[in-house]
Amino acid sequence: MNEPTQTESPTGTGGPCFSRRIARCGLGAGPLAIRTLQANVTKLCNQACVHCHVDASPVRTEQMSLECVNRCLEILDEGDAIENLDLTGGAPELNPHFDYFVGEARKLGKHVMVRHNLTVTLDGNPRTGEAKRYIPEFFAENRVEVVSSLPYYSEYFTDRQRGKGVFEKSIESLRMLNREGYGAGELELNLVYNPAGAFLPPSQKSLEADFRRRLEEDHGVRFDSLYAMTNMPINRFEKELRRKNIYDDYMEKLVNAFNPETVEGLMCRNMLSVGHDGRIYDCDFNQMLEMQARAGGKPLTVFDLDLGEAMGREIRFGVHCFGCTAGAGSGCGGETAA
Amino acid sequence: MDYYDPGDLARFPEVGKFAKDLMDKFFEYHDSATGRDGALTRREKALIALAVAHAEKCPYCIDAYTTRCLETGADPEQMTEAVHVAASMSAGARLVHAVQMQKALVKNDAM
Repeated sequence: MNEPTQTESPTGTGGPCFSRRIARCGLGAGPLAIRTLQANVTKLCNQACVHCHVDASPVRTEQMSLECVNRCLEILDEGDAIENLDLTGGAPELNPHFDYFVGEARKLGKHVMVRHNLTVTLDGNPRTGEAKRYIPEFFAENRVEVVSSLPYYSEYFTDRQRGKGVFEKSIESLRMLNREGYGAGELELNLVYNPAGAFLPPSQKSLEADFRRRLEEDHGVRFDSLYAMTNMPINRFEKELRRKNIYDDYMEKLVNAFNPETVEGLMCRNMLSVGHDGRIYDCDFNQMLEMQARAGGKPLTVFDLDLGEAMGREIRFGVHCFGCTAGAGSGCGGETAA
Repeated sequence: MDYYDPGDLARFPEVGKFAKDLMDKFFEYHDSATGRDGALTRREKALIALAVAHAEKCPYCIDAYTTRCLETGADPEQMTEAVHVAASMSAGARLVHAVQMQKALVKNDAM
């Protein structure tokens, strides 16, 4: 197992050092496996959420090319140990090659997860006006695992974070997914909670029970699991924290809540994250900070990736990593504490 | 010297500089009573604590338990209702004394 690297991000200068913190706990944090290939296929989104670490919005134009999609498919084919394709964005459905990517990955026998914002089904493509109401049926046909953000089970926190009217549209979209068989045990529909402010997420288990009860009773909506995630102090959320002069308070909260039991399950230890241009990162957060992964003395891209070499890389850490180790931990699948 | 400096909340343990064993017992009791799920959930306890914080007019407690409420999954509507419980109880505790006033009015042959 690799020793923790000292390649902290520039934002870590002079502040708390994540690498030193895990080393002080006697923990290693090198790659364990590459079980998931996560691809950020576009920064275009029909929404512009306050806490979006991607800075996605309707004005972004970045798209993963067909060449890059095909290279990702080749990697999935080569990597027997890669079980999952995790598609994210922006709204990944707004990439012109999205349907092809999903279909081909399924033909390879891979489990496909889509970070689906729910509203894109009703809003369609904000640049072209293309309708997207076929999405729930398409997901069901391809047995896609749907992972959808819903910051709260009522309107106030959801609309405050994701925009006016988002809660109502999200509920309508969830009902469409339920009608396709999602949330009833066979087709997986998981929701993502993240705090509507500068505070840590509640216990995933207790919140899941509340979400289940309220969504069922108030809206007749069913889902499988709730993932509680921490807001990452980067990009749009970092700007918001700095504008309100509470960035240092939030960082202190994350650092003070460091939990060594989350290190084993850090998502960066089990995945590779691919940017729209084919560059490879340890996670989606590093991708947004342009902290490209390196191995064998060179930066990694999908175009010349050697999976064995990538397993030997040193994961790049920064102060934002305290967001993944605070409290019960936070990853793409929610809490990570052992 | 400032009264009610928000930074003073973090200095609360310094009160244990003297009579430390009593302060240790207080913190243990406080954590047991408010910080763990029991017959009441941590969220329910946080909402009660937030209401008490308002009744006691303690700015440190209001800061601390606003955060605790959020971090246990409460929303502003629930928190505001909790404060209304405290406010209405305070109002009721005062108003019920009007019975005493009315008894005095009777005693004074004014009612």
